[in-house]
Amino acid sequence: MSGKDNPYKDDRGNKDRSITRPGGGEMDFPKKGGSAKPAPGGPFLAAENMTGGYGAADILHDCTLTVDKGQIAVIVGPNGAGKSTAMKAVFGMLALRGGHVKLDGEDITALSPQDRVAKGMGFVPQTNNVFPSMTVEENLEMGAFLRHDDFARTMDQVYDLFPILKDKRRQAAGELSGGQRQQVAVGRALMTQPKLLMLDEPTAGVSPIVMDELFDRIIEVARTGISILMVEQNARQALEIADRGYVLVQGANRYTDTGQALLADPEVRRTFLGG
Amino acid sequence: MDLLNAIVALLNFVVIPATSYGAQLALGALGVTLIYGILRFSNFAHGDTMAFGTAMVILVTWAMQAMGIHLGPLPTALLALPFGIALTAALVLGTDRAVYRFYRRQKAAPVILVIVSMGVMFIMNGVTRFIIGVDEIRFDDGARFLINAGDFKAATGLAEGLAFRSTQALTIVTAVIVVAALFWFLNKTRTGKSMRAYSDNEDLALLSGINPERVVAVTWIIAAGLATIAGTLYGLDKSFKAFNYFQLLLPIFASAIVGGLGSPLGAIAGGFLIAFSEVGFTYAWKKVATYVLPESLAPDGLAQLLSTDYKFAVSFAILIVVLLFKPTGLFKGKSV
Ligand SMILES: Nc1ncnc2c1ncn2[C@@H]1O[C@H](COP(=O)(O)OP(=O)(O)O)[C@@H](O)[C@H]1O
Ligand SMILES: [Mg+2]
Repeated sequence: MSGKDNPYKDDRGNKDRSITRPGGGEMDFPKKGGSAKPAPGGPFLAAENMTGGYGAADILHDCTLTVDKGQIAVIVGPNGAGKSTAMKAVFGMLALRGGHVKLDGEDITALSPQDRVAKGMGFVPQTNNVFPSMTVEENLEMGAFLRHDDFARTMDQVYDLFPILKDKRRQAAGELSGGQRQQVAVGRALMTQPKLLMLDEPTAGVSPIVMDELFDRIIEVARTGISILMVEQNARQALEIADRGYVLVQGANRYTDTGQALLADPEVRRTFLGG
Repeated sequence: MDLLNAIVALLNFVVIPATSYGAQLALGALGVTLIYGILRFSNFAHGDTMAFGTAMVILVTWAMQAMGIHLGPLPTALLALPFGIALTAALVLGTDRAVYRFYRRQKAAPVILVIVSMGVMFIMNGVTRFIIGVDEIRFDDGARFLINAGDFKAATGLAEGLAFRSTQALTIVTAVIVVAALFWFLNKTRTGKSMRAYSDNEDLALLSGINPERVVAVTWIIAAGLATIAGTLYGLDKSFKAFNYFQLLLPIFASAIVGGLGSPLGAIAGGFLIAFSEVGFTYAWKKVATYVLPESLAPDGLAQLLSTDYKFAVSFAILIVVLLFKPTGLFKGKSV
């Protein structure tokens, strides 16, 4: 948002860092959200007919995303298609003008993101997804902030999944390599023991070897019964492991099928997978 | 040459006063740096928060003295401190509820909050003067000296006396305890970690279920506590005068910025750097020089670099040099 929509955001060009610190959050503070309503039946996650955007103009147009229990769903599409926006909508960071989100037999459309975390959603944003000045272990602890039971076992599970994090647990997350930082981000989201893990481009900016490694870990997570909804730039590799694939264009579903079927579709290959 | 007397003079006139002043600045700068790190703006009302807090402590001290409550050799103000902190915390929490929260909800640009804090500063300024007046107030009681200059001379046979006032000792001890407690809180407790997380990445903190209003409230309470303690120690050491606390804003900001805004360790280092520079530049070195140098080289004048009237110029000069050459401060702060 710019100063045009909100005069309080207009700093009139003042960039004096000795009196102001930039980089505050974009998200609204949690409001007393509505409550969840029972809505039995249907897939584990059903975000259906979502329409909405950041301001007056809609970014998402009647967009539908579903994931079954323990399955991997992948969203691909060109830059600016609204993939991240769709993830935010599923997570409740965006006010929807139309559509609804159902999780595990409950309609959670009215819930705030925090309440959705409590309902079993874990979200790894595309950018700024760690606490850079805090250690790896503290990052994981913050992931478990809402838990009041003993989360030592979950932390061990995360360390088993990403052994490198155990070696670096006393190091600040901001000092790690890109791939290791992504592992911290995924680990943080796993600390609430989510039933649905949402990953926005988890392999952005990592080497191909690290990318394969991360995909292996994600499959491992899915095997434990956690459903995964993931946005990916590396469309070909991601669709290989996807039970379900979505091609999003301009905020709307263009193609929806199993990952293998999309990979085999000559139309999809030509326009989105580069031949 | 008389090295022993030189060392005693140095301790008496430079090291001890600068250390206790540095501890007071460090506590003030910690409050500023905490607000900057977590709420993302420089709080210009911090000096007047210190004044208000000290005024509250003085009122409670008077009440206790009237009731005959004393703390033996220690100043009664120490007993009044928790009450002063509670009243000051109530004031800043009320201010946050009435003023800052609105701008936080609007996601106002930090520079707007800086200007808002100036408005708060003027109001607090007036409120404090309205409650306790504009005059100088001394409120230290209990033992005056830990080491008395006369006793020291008699005991050691040196020409120079060493005075160590109990308020100076109290300042240093209190500062060490408060700083240790603050670092323990920020690094070891769940609430402290959630404050650091919120400072690092607000959105991710929200996604993790950290309640921002709670983080903000705890930050204000700690800042009020630090301000009241710093103000009370300064008032015990020197004296209380509302205007002096407003003036302290410059060395306190200089300390926080020189150390690196947003870095608690930096605030402490900055506090001592500013205090030692201020005292060092305004001290007449003639006495020490006369002891150390051979007679032929002894200075004629006072060997004072700056008159004490210009002590604030020292903070200002250091501030500008640091901003020009190392804008992130000595310890890498969160500013660019
Ligand atoms: N915070 C925001 N405020 C306003 N518009 C945004 C914001 N984030 C993204 N957009 C716009 O929404 C559209 C979709 O962006 P995004 O969902 O990030 O795409 P993708 O993740 O597919 O690359 C783009 O046109 C982008 O400019
Ligand atoms: Mg994106």
